[in-house]
Amino acid sequence: MAQNNVDNIQDHATLFHQNEYQELFQAKKEFEGGHSPEEVARIAEWTKTWEYREKNFARTALTVNPAKACQPLGAILAAVGFEGTLPFVHGSQGCVAYFRTHFTRHFKEPFSAVSSSMTEDAAVFGGLNNMIDGLANSYNLYKPKMIALCTTCMAEVIGDDLGAFIKTSKEKGSVPEDFPVPFAHTPSFVGSHITGYDNMMKGILLNLTEGKKQATTNGKINFIPGFETYIGNLREVKRLASLMGVNYTLLADNSDYLDSPNDGEFRMYQGGTSLEDAADSINAEATVAFQAYSTTKTREYIEKEWKQTTSVSRPVGIRGTDEFLMKLSELTGQPIPKELEDERGRAVDALTDSQAWLHGKRVALYGDPDLVIGLVQFLLEVGAEPVHIVVTNSNDVFEQELQAILDTSPFGSTAKIWGGKDLWHMRSLLFTEPVDLLIGNSYGKYLWRDTHTPFVRIGYPIFDRHHLHRYATFGYQGAINLLNWIVNTLLDELDRNTIVSAKTDISYDLIR
Amino acid sequence: MTDNIRQIAFYGKGGIGKSTTSQNTIAGLAELGERIMIVGCDPKADSTRLMLHSKAQTTILHLAAERGAVEDLELEEVLLTGYKDVKCVESGGPEPGVGCAGRGIITAINFLEENGAYEDLDFVSYDVLGDVVCGGFAMPIREGKAQEIYIVCSGEMMAMYAANNIARGILKYAHSGGVRLGGLICNSRKVDQEVELIEALAEKLNTQMIHFVPRDNVVQHAELRRMTVIEYSPDCNQANEYRALAKKIKENDKLTIPTPISMDELEELLVDFGILGDDKEYEHLVGKTAAEVAVV
Repeated sequence: MAQNNVDNIQDHATLFHQNEYQELFQAKKEFEGGHSPEEVARIAEWTKTWEYREKNFARTALTVNPAKACQPLGAILAAVGFEGTLPFVHGSQGCVAYFRTHFTRHFKEPFSAVSSSMTEDAAVFGGLNNMIDGLANSYNLYKPKMIALCTTCMAEVIGDDLGAFIKTSKEKGSVPEDFPVPFAHTPSFVGSHITGYDNMMKGILLNLTEGKKQATTNGKINFIPGFETYIGNLREVKRLASLMGVNYTLLADNSDYLDSPNDGEFRMYQGGTSLEDAADSINAEATVAFQAYSTTKTREYIEKEWKQTTSVSRPVGIRGTDEFLMKLSELTGQPIPKELEDERGRAVDALTDSQAWLHGKRVALYGDPDLVIGLVQFLLEVGAEPVHIVVTNSNDVFEQELQAILDTSPFGSTAKIWGGKDLWHMRSLLFTEPVDLLIGNSYGKYLWRDTHTPFVRIGYPIFDRHHLHRYATFGYQGAINLLNWIVNTLLDELDRNTIVSAKTDISYDLIR
Repeated sequence: MTDNIRQIAFYGKGGIGKSTTSQNTIAGLAELGERIMIVGCDPKADSTRLMLHSKAQTTILHLAAERGAVEDLELEEVLLTGYKDVKCVESGGPEPGVGCAGRGIITAINFLEENGAYEDLDFVSYDVLGDVVCGGFAMPIREGKAQEIYIVCSGEMMAMYAANNIARGILKYAHSGGVRLGGLICNSRKVDQEVELIEALAEKLNTQMIHFVPRDNVVQHAELRRMTVIEYSPDCNQANEYRALAKKIKENDKLTIPTPISMDELEELLVDFGILGDDKEYEHLVGKTAAEVAVV
């Protein structure tokens, strides 16, 4: 029994079905005075009702599974996109351990970030000494080319002044005077991970480009991905730009860092935008961001201080990719090559192959603002109907933009945007107004379990399925990937629903 | 152990004379044979100087900063003995403008509790910074700490505003932690009808004016010598006033949940006593400079 037989080690999934564990669980339930299965079932049924939904939406003092994370997470994702850069989080250790774990669980890659290990004494006296020692240790131990500094709640609540602290640390010799230490204040209780990405990106560009402005441009286009967790997207953008013959700088290119080849040697710093290229980004022709709401302050800064034009282009779906390529063509004068026209044709062909299975399908989705906009664009293109759209880290400008997109299509007329709501709200929506498909990150699996809504994993984090982050959702090839995931999930579900022999299997078709 | 200790705290507007009043009162209690500990909860660390005849004692946080962590301190290093064996300790705090003084007070009080400072005592007295700007400064009135609050005030308008605000803070913790208001101590500024005014305020706040401490220059003379009046000039009238206050506090059984009043009610009270004009009377003067008023 249990795990006493070394020749027959039980898997976690079967181990606890053995009698001794089952008895243990039963005893535990009795000890805790747990409710009867009938009562549990009755309440579970009640949570599916409109009555419960109204109570759920009247909720004010509780959040259950919000679809967002906190600022420093975004900040350090931006930081590791630069050559030899060590993210340094000024605050206590636990926060940083959480960020590292979060990325490692998604990307299945090591993620290096350090903290200034603030303790109670630092909370009382301020974290200057931790910063001085922390920067010196990081510099000497890990030999980075740049240290990108952000904060946790603790440092923010006591009001530590990063700019002054870094200056003092340099005076005390922690790092050389000319060593770049860009910084961003990233209180976790303000905004979300996309705000943190924006703040850190702005901080890094501000630091690296200082005094680098030339009289003439370098003829390049800057790309800023935003809080992008699809490595495939970064590679797809680079491929598209190369095919177009566009000279570009991808700012915060963390693709090699988060998807590095396994050749038996650990390297702390992999790839990334070179500091030289990043410094020269101030002299580019223009900047194109692939997300709007994780680059708002950065683009404002670029327009105001660099006097450079910026735009947002989300290369998702056919129209999104068309617009991106045309934008590149407009900015550089380069024509769109035949190769890409063929790719477009193949994607359109794929969409028409599956269109009959997607037309009119009702979809619920949730995620970051820009991810949701991209997905809605795509769903409208294939004739699916977005119904419930939950965006926890929403804002007014985003909701107006998304509503305008929904208004362009008859398929968008049934959609409702639920800004600031969480996944427990989504659960009520799915029970009271069922849909054919749910799209979201791994946390959606609990909604899939409870509501049996077919579920496609798109977003961040995806902890419980492998390799999805290696694919692209951008470009014509990305459109095919999205189509593949969505239509085949619907077809899997159709098979499951027609599987009973001599009862429903008249529709258990070989050909779909 | 801590169950039998009466824990009291002095609050009040900055500069009202909390530290002076509290130390003189504690001296009076010590004369009565009470075993007392003073816990100074102000980064300025001036709550024990009259007891110790020193400028400012070494604080818990100052030593913690030197050593690197509060765990590295011994209680004996920060808990000194002053006049009539009164134990004295100061929390201290960070330099102005950095860190978090409120968290410092929490750290210091936790240190005292963990290291057995609350043994063999009859009274613990907390002397708190004038402005209770954040949760840390409310630490002394949170659960298990001070149960009786004495608000030091005077007949001046801002001192009364502050007293009312402190009453609001006490009310917030009254139902969770059981803290009660023990009374208002009027530290006279020789304002007209001061006794009546503070008694009226006390009634509105559902408390008492526990004592009226007259103004006397001997207090300043004693302060210059870093002594309490009771020690410096034991036979003077002012010493007897502090003794009277000490006795009243020792015997005080009127511990109430305060009923703070609105700003309008407070202003009405001041109007009633002629300190403020009626709204209508001064409406035309609000926001006018002296030169402009002269024209009117």
